[in-house]
Amino acid sequence: MLQHPVSATGITRLHRLWLYAIASAVIFFLIAPTLLVIPMSFSSSRFLEFPPPSWSLRWYHAYFESVEWRDATVVSFEAAIGTMIVSTIVGTMAAYGINYSRFGAKRFVQIALALPMMIPVILTAVGVFIFFAPLGLNNSLTGLILAHSTLAIPLVLISVTAGLKSFNANQEMVARSLGASRIRAFMTVTLPQIRYSVISAALLAFITSLDEVVISLLIAGGDKATLTRRMFLALRDEIDPTIAAISSMLILLSIILMASSQLIRPNRT
Amino acid sequence: MRTLSDSAVGERPAAAASLPVTVCKLTKRYGAFTALKDVDLAIRSGEFLTLLGPSGSGKTTLLMVLAGFVRPDAGSVAFGEREVVLLPPHKRDIGMVFQNYALFPHMSVAGNLAYPLKLRGHGKQDIADRVAQALALVQLEGYGERSVDQLSGGQRQRVALARAVIFEPRILLMDEPLSALDKNLRERMQLEIRRLHDRLGLTTVYVTHDQREALTMSDRIAVMNHGQILQVDRPRDLYDRPSTRFIAEFIGETHCIPIEIQNGEASLFGRALRLATPLATTASAQALVLRPERLQLLSADKPTHDLNTIDGTVRQHVFQGDSVVTFVSLPDGHDIAVRHPYGNDSEHLQPGTAVRVGIAPRDTIVVPAENATATASGRA
Amino acid sequence: MSTAAANDLSIASRGERHSLNADALKRSERGEQVRLLALTLPALLLVGIVALAPIGWLSGLSFVGPNGLTLVNYQRLIHPSYELTLITTFQLAFLVTALCLILGYPLAYLASQMSSRGASLVLLCVLFPFWTSLLVRTYAWLVILQRRGLVNTWLRDLGVIDEPLRLVHNFTGTAIGMTHIMLPFMVLPLYAAMKNISPDYMRAASNLGASPIRAFWNVFVPLSRPGIFAGLIIVFVLSLGFYVTPALLGGGRVMMWSMQIERSIAVYSDWGAASALGVVLLVITMGILWLVSRLASIGSFMERA
Repeated sequence: MLQHPVSATGITRLHRLWLYAIASAVIFFLIAPTLLVIPMSFSSSRFLEFPPPSWSLRWYHAYFESVEWRDATVVSFEAAIGTMIVSTIVGTMAAYGINYSRFGAKRFVQIALALPMMIPVILTAVGVFIFFAPLGLNNSLTGLILAHSTLAIPLVLISVTAGLKSFNANQEMVARSLGASRIRAFMTVTLPQIRYSVISAALLAFITSLDEVVISLLIAGGDKATLTRRMFLALRDEIDPTIAAISSMLILLSIILMASSQLIRPNRT
Repeated sequence: MRTLSDSAVGERPAAAASLPVTVCKLTKRYGAFTALKDVDLAIRSGEFLTLLGPSGSGKTTLLMVLAGFVRPDAGSVAFGEREVVLLPPHKRDIGMVFQNYALFPHMSVAGNLAYPLKLRGHGKQDIADRVAQALALVQLEGYGERSVDQLSGGQRQRVALARAVIFEPRILLMDEPLSALDKNLRERMQLEIRRLHDRLGLTTVYVTHDQREALTMSDRIAVMNHGQILQVDRPRDLYDRPSTRFIAEFIGETHCIPIEIQNGEASLFGRALRLATPLATTASAQALVLRPERLQLLSADKPTHDLNTIDGTVRQHVFQGDSVVTFVSLPDGHDIAVRHPYGNDSEHLQPGTAVRVGIAPRDTIVVPAENATATASGRA
Repeated sequence: MSTAAANDLSIASRGERHSLNADALKRSERGEQVRLLALTLPALLLVGIVALAPIGWLSGLSFVGPNGLTLVNYQRLIHPSYELTLITTFQLAFLVTALCLILGYPLAYLASQMSSRGASLVLLCVLFPFWTSLLVRTYAWLVILQRRGLVNTWLRDLGVIDEPLRLVHNFTGTAIGMTHIMLPFMVLPLYAAMKNISPDYMRAASNLGASPIRAFWNVFVPLSRPGIFAGLIIVFVLSLGFYVTPALLGGGRVMMWSMQIERSIAVYSDWGAASALGVVLLVITMGILWLVSRLASIGSFMERA
């Protein structure tokens, strides 16, 4: 599998075996624990032993029969879709502006928009909580979407900027010379060509919101509790096997999203 | 008075709508770098004008100003009588061909051609007719449904060209459109583009750094360097009467050697020169422009009446296929090249042989000896 | 020719116009740049108002007591329990960062030397955790490391241990879980840096007589430094502010700085303490990032010189 001949990379056979062994172990460490949750979720036992004493669907039943879990799931998806829409639109606009503007001020804009990625989430969460309290946005879907969007925008910005950088800017100039206004040229020529980056960005924004725990913990109470908030609170007290069932379904969703983000990419290499 | 033959010549009338372009006192700076400096240029209606210059000379910036993608710091650009310098690109009605074609990969060939027509709200049938016509114009009938990746470099170039003219623009701009093609294809496309121009009669501004391409295709050439236009002339005039040393050396194969001036008379190694054009009275240091194909190799003792001559010794012969270049060393150590057809006897002259190089007076061109920048700033 | 003459005339008449154009052109250029930058405004407003401004306000809050401006919130931080939290936080961050480098380097190295197919397979494995919920992955470790969990069951079956080990709800479990979560943040920058190292360097080193191991240490590792640097910073900064995984796998016994913040609000409703704790965390994080950006620019400057 090594691309370069052994002599070229300077690795002997023994080294290579070691390297493969270590790398395989690390990959196992990365993947296996997560996947292990799936068989566990079909256990009949309350104690999550492995291997399970016998198989059953009782934890899936427990999930689907619980109104609380179902409501939380609905809230989570609503928030994720809202965040995806808001941050993809707003983030793509910003990426375009930053990419083509020649103002010196754009450096500051770039830094400001990257900050939510660097500031510890707990701080953002506390800040948002204080800010939302007088506005009555705590425990509301709008509040959740706004707060999650601040986390998703930096990711959208990175993904779309990468798309714009690899896009040949002459294309948009040609469109404009052929009679398209800037907006029209963007919609008909640029956007179709950077669509992979934009779709990836949207998927990333979706999953960012869906998986977000800390902000939800502070601002998503009452009937607007998200799935992750409920899971976190449940886990703090006990290892409820229902969560194994939910986790398994989330893993499946992650795989689907990740696969689609990989599949939409044209085969370049 | 229209005759039958007139209407048979082209499918379209030689574009009466084509416009002259007038550029006036155009200036553009990027920080400390001056890309354009007080550029004036008048392009005639229907003319094929080439902006020629080395990279960084400002030729592409000037083209981008014409297209509206670069705003100058000052100056005016008029298409016909209309001032356009403040108009955005999409309102200028220009066709443009870029260096790497810039065809839209997410559209078919026909989709690319239909794009400007759709923007202008043409009907479906009209678009289909025009696309078919345009494909025929560039000899790509039947390629409409192909995707852009399936085309060869030359075909892509033709599609880009067809797309730039399909909406009947008033002016066509081309930015080194052939630079990505190999030599043979490039030469074929040069003729094809020129033929298309003659057929449509569009005012065309063409940017290139390739002097041969410029000489082949243009009605007139504007030579640029350091953000200024040094000379605008027909290819022949530019070749025969370069106004500066920079132009002389940039166009064609050229050796410049300094000459002496005394009392308004030019001489070289003590021998008086008869010049093509009289020396300007203010002329100071001048250089003689020697082009290998305009020189003759003579035996040292041959009498010459009608030629200017320089004495030297044969240094080396270089075989180049269709011709042989002989390098001759001059008394002051300069080497000059003389080109003669393959099979000429001169080839048998041994290195070290004393020879005489002859130049007809009408080919004896002198230019100011200092380099182009100094001349240019003197002009401005 | 007559048109040319006409054009030459019109050049003269237009000469007057160009000075007027200069102002209009400047305005039009400025207008376009402003419009382009205005595209960033919605994002800027959203992030600025919802995230950044409240944090700024929170920081201000830390200096305000019941009787006006005060440093009392910070004075209270000088206390053994906060000291312990600070030490734990840095210990964990250092340990996790080191573990990530040790585990991530061989993996990134292998991926960088593989054919593009093999490399994309490895990268897929590295990206998978990125797309999986943090909470799910933490939960998985909870299940594996618990008293009756997989690790304890196997070790007992193998006769290695009699009594189950305490692997979770303590420092060990937190470190394992955090390393697992942070590993991709280390591998990706490492891989990006290694991909840029031409195999020619290693060939040259071999030709000059270096043994493979020597060539690796003397040539490859130094060249991969930018990736190491980036990976270390990302992992360390993220670890410092980490909340979810320590809160679950630490079981209340491992107190991270970010958990102190949450606790002072949720348990004590002490906004003064929370904001002061927040400012400290913010200052440390931003300080590290600032220092690194300075070092990086100095480094690249020295390389160029």
